[in-house]
Amino acid sequence: MKETILLTKHMRDNPEDSHLIDSYEKNNGYSTAKKTILESSPEKILEEIKASNIRGRGGAGFPTGVKWGFLAEDEDRYLVINADESEPGTFKDRILLERDPHQLIEGIIITCFSANIKEAFIYIRGEYAKPARRVQQAVEQAYQKGFLGKNIFGSEINLDIVVHLGAGAYICGEETALLNSLEGRRGEPRLKPPYFPAVKGLYMKPTLVNNVETISSVPWIIENGGEEYNKLGVEGSTGTRIFSLSGHVNNPGNYEIEMGSSFGEFVETLGGGIRNNKKVKAYIPGGASAPWFRGDQLDIKMTIDDVAKNNSMLGSGAVVMMDEDTNLVSAAKSIVSFFAHESCGQCTPCREGTTWLEMILDRIASGRGRTSDMNLLLDVCDNISPGLSWPPKMTTICPLGPSAVSPITSLMNDFRDEVESLIPTKVLL
Amino acid sequence: MSWDDKLLKQAKKIIKLYPQKRSALGPLLHLAQSKDGYISDDSISVISELVGITEVQVKSVSTFYSMYKQEPTGKYLLSVCKSISCEINNSSEVINKVQEFTGLNNNETDEEELFTFEAVECIGACGGAPALQVNYETVEGVTPENAINLCKWLKETKPDVVVADEMQENFGGIKSFDWAIQDNSGATSTAPGFQTLKTTKVKK
Repeated sequence: MKETILLTKHMRDNPEDSHLIDSYEKNNGYSTAKKTILESSPEKILEEIKASNIRGRGGAGFPTGVKWGFLAEDEDRYLVINADESEPGTFKDRILLERDPHQLIEGIIITCFSANIKEAFIYIRGEYAKPARRVQQAVEQAYQKGFLGKNIFGSEINLDIVVHLGAGAYICGEETALLNSLEGRRGEPRLKPPYFPAVKGLYMKPTLVNNVETISSVPWIIENGGEEYNKLGVEGSTGTRIFSLSGHVNNPGNYEIEMGSSFGEFVETLGGGIRNNKKVKAYIPGGASAPWFRGDQLDIKMTIDDVAKNNSMLGSGAVVMMDEDTNLVSAAKSIVSFFAHESCGQCTPCREGTTWLEMILDRIASGRGRTSDMNLLLDVCDNISPGLSWPPKMTTICPLGPSAVSPITSLMNDFRDEVESLIPTKVLL
Repeated sequence: MSWDDKLLKQAKKIIKLYPQKRSALGPLLHLAQSKDGYISDDSISVISELVGITEVQVKSVSTFYSMYKQEPTGKYLLSVCKSISCEINNSSEVINKVQEFTGLNNNETDEEELFTFEAVECIGACGGAPALQVNYETVEGVTPENAINLCKWLKETKPDVVVADEMQENFGGIKSFDWAIQDNSGATSTAPGFQTLKTTKVKK
């Protein structure tokens, strides 16, 4: 199995200075944006994006062309790049921001041209200080060259980009929470309707919210054509995707691959196998929100639809391998603690439920579990996500609460013995 | 108002970036954090006037986000990751050692105001687990021993600019990806070193 290098090409070819504009331009950078602005039309660009069948890389996998097609008419429209990458296991946007910020900016220029947008924001999580510096520097360089600002590339078109730093809230990855945050409010997800920021988004104006990787793919798609992109990968999961591999593997890292091979092949070849030749006990196919797969499910294909068929999600493309020695209750506790910490507190089932789940798991992990805890865990989960089905039903505004349920249903369905073995049997209640 | 002219000028520049004033609230809070090491009542009243919202509104936003500290922090904010990839790669041992060395519990600051310790959620360094940040500058592949060495080094040399690359080279290990370019930029306070804040270390 080999990587297919589109988005990570420039940074690989030019490790010393890929983040600087001279290097980017030398390698034909900004030529696609220039051609687009001077020779193309917004409709043509949208057609190419639709033909590419690219789906959003942030987690939900929504078709990008459809999202752009929704954008309502208005004098003020905005593009917001979601660079609030915080899903445990995920570090693929970090490399795109840090090593190739101009590719993102070029994608923004083309996107804004297509959608007739004059102002874009890049919302970067606060902990990504260094990536934010690189992006800020890149934006300044692009302004100096006349690629941003007034009359870009000598055209009639104006475009401004503002780099905005978040402040440590995972929930701001949820698009309506991100918009609230960008408006200077608490990062609480908005009640729906309105359902789509493309209709009512930032300042209640039509807003495109797209992931870093999605927009970084735009220059390649426009340069080579949507049809070419559509040929890569498999139906429903076209193009390449950067997977973040971590956990107990020999070679953790970001790998750009066409979707369609199995998780097992991915880990064995590019990942260099599991450390110390151990076996996989369980793995997370798409970030901490995703239900786990067992070690005997490594033949599942890495596509959005195949993973969904197996009751999980490819999500943000974060693959975390856990070997046979992993204490899965502690692992689940770590994930549940994450969601308990990051719950915004608006909805009772999530605010209270995640905290309860954390307490119960902590008790079990430290050998103080009660026999009734097994059912109690499931009961609390059921209050957050009734029926414990996949995709989850929700009692909350956003999917954060149900995400905390994922590792617990995985434990209960596939590793119940391991949980029970930690509960002392003779505790009288 | 007790922000000096330079800071106010910077604040006004930030406000101008946005279509609506209130959008600048987040960045202004970062500015306040960089000034005092926490969000002081004084900064809250300055920001409320600058943005044109009430002090309570500013406070309600500042308490929502974990990077705006409500109490004074030390010169170095040590944030050790405890999320899943780090957790299964022994981050608890790194946390124990850092706590042992600094004598601090979670979210505590020592008496000399040198260190503030926190165990944090995912910092996006999962391929280089276990990882930590010093003033939001990332160090990846940190062994428990090297975490102590890093703390010792900070205590002894007290650098004014904390540079990720320098710390990575001396105390780090496996990385999430190839960082490629040596970089001397870093952080000067417990706010992320970014934008117009002075963040570059001058090579001597």
